[in-house]
Amino acid sequence: MYIVIVGGGKVGFYLAKELVEAGHEALVIERDAAKAAEIAETLGEIAMRGDGCEAATQERAGSGRADLFIAVTGDDEDNLVACQVARHKFNVKRVVARINNPKNEVIFRKLGIDVTVSATSVILSQIEQELPEHPLIPLLQLRSGFEIVEVKIPDGAGSLDAKLGDIVLPDQSMIWGIVDTEGNPQVPTPDTHLRAGDEVVAVTLLESQEALRAALTGPSR
Amino acid sequence: MKVVIMGCGRVGGALATRLDAENHEVTILDLNEYQFQRFLPESFGGRKITGNAVDQDVLRRAGIEEADAFVALTQGDNRNAMASQVAKHIFNVPRVVCRLYDPIREEMYNELGLRTISPTRVGTKMVWEELGV
Repeated sequence: MYIVIVGGGKVGFYLAKELVEAGHEALVIERDAAKAAEIAETLGEIAMRGDGCEAATQERAGSGRADLFIAVTGDDEDNLVACQVARHKFNVKRVVARINNPKNEVIFRKLGIDVTVSATSVILSQIEQELPEHPLIPLLQLRSGFEIVEVKIPDGAGSLDAKLGDIVLPDQSMIWGIVDTEGNPQVPTPDTHLRAGDEVVAVTLLESQEALRAALTGPSR
Repeated sequence: MKVVIMGCGRVGGALATRLDAENHEVTILDLNEYQFQRFLPESFGGRKITGNAVDQDVLRRAGIEEADAFVALTQGDNRNAMASQVAKHIFNVPRVVCRLYDPIREEMYNELGLRTISPTRVGTKMVWEELGV
């Protein structure tokens, strides 16, 4: 396979190295002359200095015969444009873009770039797996030592079985407000029943956070 | 008309100033706050936002969802191309104008449905005519 890579940073460099070692033909387009020279020195004549977003550069790189085009610079907008030029000017069938802002994934798909790779998303999902499932989000610390926090009530929580007035909360903790799943704010009363998906805003002490989380999101007994 | 302008250079600043003077609702964005001081008059009544308009959250803050028009005038063709496409295809802004220095990219994005202007193409043509060759 012939693979054109735009961006000769760490990602582009190691990608090219692996691909060449696997027997593919690869070319790295890098804007910075020193970086391009460094790649050529280490990996052989597979680096080209130039702006990978420019049609003329892609022409020289032979994008037209590329089986795969990958843009891995550190800037999402450069990766988008490089891929769009490859697709629309050179009819490359398979283009892959690296994205840094995970929210750009949807945008890229709408703009015709189907395959995106986001290191940020991968790391985020790893972190989320390590965290307790329904964390308490600290919103604001008050000078008095209290903290205002937000908790989302999960399915199957013990707090769904009782009226608010009957849920035992840690000392000095109090529920201040509820935003229901329809997005309507509610004033809590002792007779309020929580529902799964409700976002609860509460005031608590730093040391009571964990107990409050357990009281609101812990499984029913 | 509600207009969001990305990039407060000479063109962005002059355009924002004129729209504001003609009572349009203008929001202008730039990465560098100093640009507002440099290219907007003190009398400017529109909103100034420091941030990168390639980020959709920043565009939302600038009121892109209610905008009647979006103009991309930064120094970077790719930034302009991306933000314009986001404004047009994600936020459905009715009128989007995108400046692209590179005539080849300008031609391509024009074919892809953006309203594009290439100062390189326009400038060369004007100078050519002035030369009378």
